[in-house]
Amino acid sequence: MALLEVEGLRTQFATRAGTVRAVDGVSFAIERGEVLGLVGESGCGKSVTSLSIMRLVPPPGRVTAGRVLLEGESLLDKDAEAMRRVRGARIAMVFQEPMTSLNPVFTIGDQIAAAVLAHAGGRRRAAWERAVEMLDRVQVPSPRERARDYPHQLSGGLRQRAMIALALAPGPQVLIADEPTTALDVTIQAQILDLLRRLQAERGMAVLLITHDLGVVAELCHRVAIIYAGRIVEMAPAARIFEAPIHPYTRGLLRCLPHPSRFGQPLSSIEGAPPDLRQVNGGCRFAPRCPHALDSCRRDPPPLMERRPGHFVACPVVAV
Amino acid sequence: MSVIADAGASVVARPRRRVSFRAVFGLTVLLVIGGSAVWAPQLAPWDPGKQMLLKRLRPPMWQARGLREHPLGTDHLGRDILSRILYGGRISLGVGLTAVTLSALIGVTLGLLAGFFGGRADAFIMRIVDVFLAIPYILLAMGVVFALGPSLMNVILVMGATRWVQFARIVRADVLSIREREFVAGARARGNRPLRLLLRHVLPNALTPIIVVATLELAFMIIYESALSFLGLGVQPPTPTWGWMLADGRNYVATAWWLATLPGLAIMLTVLAVNLLGDWLRDTLDPRLKV
Repeated sequence: MALLEVEGLRTQFATRAGTVRAVDGVSFAIERGEVLGLVGESGCGKSVTSLSIMRLVPPPGRVTAGRVLLEGESLLDKDAEAMRRVRGARIAMVFQEPMTSLNPVFTIGDQIAAAVLAHAGGRRRAAWERAVEMLDRVQVPSPRERARDYPHQLSGGLRQRAMIALALAPGPQVLIADEPTTALDVTIQAQILDLLRRLQAERGMAVLLITHDLGVVAELCHRVAIIYAGRIVEMAPAARIFEAPIHPYTRGLLRCLPHPSRFGQPLSSIEGAPPDLRQVNGGCRFAPRCPHALDSCRRDPPPLMERRPGHFVACPVVAV
Repeated sequence: MSVIADAGASVVARPRRRVSFRAVFGLTVLLVIGGSAVWAPQLAPWDPGKQMLLKRLRPPMWQARGLREHPLGTDHLGRDILSRILYGGRISLGVGLTAVTLSALIGVTLGLLAGFFGGRADAFIMRIVDVFLAIPYILLAMGVVFALGPSLMNVILVMGATRWVQFARIVRADVLSIREREFVAGARARGNRPLRLLLRHVLPNALTPIIVVATLELAFMIIYESALSFLGLGVQPPTPTWGWMLADGRNYVATAWWLATLPGLAIMLTVLAVNLLGDWLRDTLDPRLKV
């Protein structure tokens, strides 16, 4: 049994202008100690998927179908209090924006200590020591002094380390990292990714890494799921995604990456734009932009099929 | 703002904080006024209600007809102004402080609930606020005091119950933006209860405007109490209050300036000190402005 299983997850936002099908039948599983990348462009449903797992989708959004299983327990069937105890303690989240994701009026040590107290109890003094220890674990230099700093006194990289320490303090089994490095500059990015990989391996933690950055995926992920307009179009071990992508969208994405061998040439892009999620009907959602689309693609959504061992693709087009 | 990224330094030397003029001035004035209110019975040279008709309308001692035993002069009934100001401070400050505390408690609670939970709670609370804003507060106060009778307690209750909307509106507006900030979402994702989110993550970030409004309101309450006293709805004579002295002295302002001016000066100094202190407190409580 996988640690975290998501099956046929559907999340919709009932707006006045129509129902937005933000997540439309997403399924994946993460094993203990595995890093799964969820990759897609802005608005494709990556973040809504993670919020659906945490049951924190803001209204008018609602999970309308599907199951989320953590160690076989259904999260969607838990009552509010039981779900609250899952958050933070068993599934933790790290957000994109290290500027705003820490409370500006408390020191970072205070905030980590509060998280420790909330989940493990014990004495304030011990919680503070634990906070300092956590800061040390995420390689914050002179953690004892930094624990007394307010978030605004720290650099972006240090703040993101503090965020990670805060998320990991209760010892979660699953970490959902929503674009954890997007707001950081490249050298800091590399350090944070390195740190995440080390902590993940040390604790055997499962990580769901949400990103639009394929570089980050290559750095950290064991497996990758490519999501387009609320559906997973391809899921495979990370190496396969880069070496032998099958879905036309995945291949289009990879072509968009700058590469030294194409120096001087304009970057390629995928023609067209993602569909309006209020007006999607049957059929493959990528079909309107797909150079290989068949008539059948426009009628029925192609199912996610295992084309090679461990390599799932939702596309009937074989030869390209 | 100091950004500290120095890995090697074990202790970061911070420049010694300069003593703030606003803090020192505000605190000193408030302590003097508050202290003289508390110890009025020991400090006052006369009984504030004692009438000495032979010594009516004497000016302060430094003026021509002034008497040494009445340093700030006497009123039209020959009562000692200094003693009355000292005793009046007890009412003005006491009523002001309790009324602000009361209205802040009501207003901040309702504002937090309205802003954080939104939806029906918000609509309901804000309609009540609209009702309170639509009725002139003096009119409301008059109605309540007429119904319940003018006592110290009723005056405080009325003042608190009519001014809480100031807090509710400011707090709600601030909470609306704070609740969307990422650290609140993060705290929620760490499994914090709604009440804890509200008290630990939202309220502390809304404290700055609350403090500013509280100081402005304290000043307002002192004047509000004066207005109620002036209308005969506040604390009843012969109990001296600054507001009543001001209103009473109005009739003599052309011939005896000290009757209205001196209690007015007391109100002004108090309000100024409170505002300066509030200003300083706001800057100090905001860690982003700390050096």
